Amino acid sequence: MFKGRDVLSILDFSVSELEHLFRRASAIRPGNGLRGKILATAFFEPSTRTRLSFETAMLKLGGSVIGFGGEEATSLAKGENLADTVRMLDAYADAIVIRHPLEGAAKLAAEVAEVPVINGGDGKQHHPTQAMVDLYTIRKEMGKIKGLRVALVGDLRYGRAATSFLYGICKFGVEKLFLVSPPSLKPREEVLEFLRSSGVEHELTEDLGRVVEEVEVMYVTRIQKERFPDPSEFEKVKGSYKITVELAEKMNKGAIILHPLPKVDEIELGVDKNEHARYFQQAAYAVPVRMALLSLILKGR
Amino acid sequence: MEEKSKELVVRKIERGTVIDHIPVGQALNVIKLLGIKGGEGYTVAVVMNVDSRKHGKKDIVKVEGKELSEAEVNRIALVAPEATINLIQDFEVVKKTTVRLPERLQGMVRCTNPSCITNKPREPVTPTFRVLSRSPLLLLCEYCGTRVSQEDVIKQYAG
Repeated sequence: MFKGRDVLSILDFSVSELEHLFRRASAIRPGNGLRGKILATAFFEPSTRTRLSFETAMLKLGGSVIGFGGEEATSLAKGENLADTVRMLDAYADAIVIRHPLEGAAKLAAEVAEVPVINGGDGKQHHPTQAMVDLYTIRKEMGKIKGLRVALVGDLRYGRAATSFLYGICKFGVEKLFLVSPPSLKPREEVLEFLRSSGVEHELTEDLGRVVEEVEVMYVTRIQKERFPDPSEFEKVKGSYKITVELAEKMNKGAIILHPLPKVDEIELGVDKNEHARYFQQAAYAVPVRMALLSLILKGR
Repeated sequence: MEEKSKELVVRKIERGTVIDHIPVGQALNVIKLLGIKGGEGYTVAVVMNVDSRKHGKKDIVKVEGKELSEAEVNRIALVAPEATINLIQDFEVVKKTTVRLPERLQGMVRCTNPSCITNKPREPVTPTFRVLSRSPLLLLCEYCGTRVSQEDVIKQYAG
């Protein structure tokens, strides 16, 4: 069910498929399962974790990686279109991971390429493998995903990780979802419509102090400065929310703080050492999840 | 057919097109979608809110001297998904077409999201939408998830 498949949106995956992926991620060990396979990483936007964890995952399974980060060094700088670049990678590699500033770029790449295309983030829209990592982290740290009380905090408008996480967690079912953001950063209309039609109990609020005491999972995101159409709008919301040590200490026993990273100032540095913080663990889980995903897509197991 | 009442609100046309069974209130939008602004030389009659045998009330647009292209017929479905197009010659209906709004629209509408891949020049991609609602029209971009409303679509044609 995974072999040869494109990974464009978390919405394309069922709960049982995700559970299967998570079981594989828990069991997977370094080896030579992907020897002779080549992964192309095409990153038209900056990335640290997504690109490097895909590379690490491939190397740990005996495969190889080609690719680029940033448009400068490629023929893109000479004016080549995306489709032509993808056609080349399609000829060179067994799978392609693509990150691009425009929404729908990964879908276009998947139409052009014969080999599977994995969306490593397209504009403000989807980041499916990050959602897989996030859900896996909750499964590992909380022992379950279904039925939790979850808060999404921060830039819910432009944040693709936040949106994909929201789609993913709603698939599993939550007891209640709190959406905490300044009004101008609340989820886009199509996302709110998804929430309404999914029947998930949810609440839009700005009251972080109250929500902190109510939830078991708090998912914090960075304000996506680079996606604001108008820089003055960014100035207005900059610093509008912050997880301080004081707030973290009010959290329920056993509750966790996640963040897809990179974080800037939305989480106070002191929180890193707080018992609730799990975002570095979350970043580490990216490797086994992406190992399992690559193995399933390239080998079917 | 069109008005079967005792007397016609607007006289019959000799040659041209009668667009019938337009939802009430959409006649002006049909004219906008056809790109008619008034200076093209056609005689245009707009009939609003008349009795219909099929529905309660309807709008009708008559354009004397104009035959619609297939693209124009398809476009009318965006605001009048059940319209019938009557081609008139010598005061008689010589051809009757019912418009059809498919479940997926390809190439007729642009995505309103400037950072959608379908708005990037020089990429081999056709804007494609799923029809969420027919009346009023609501479309979902298959590439970026943006919702495009009937108002957005009319703006694209009317300028």
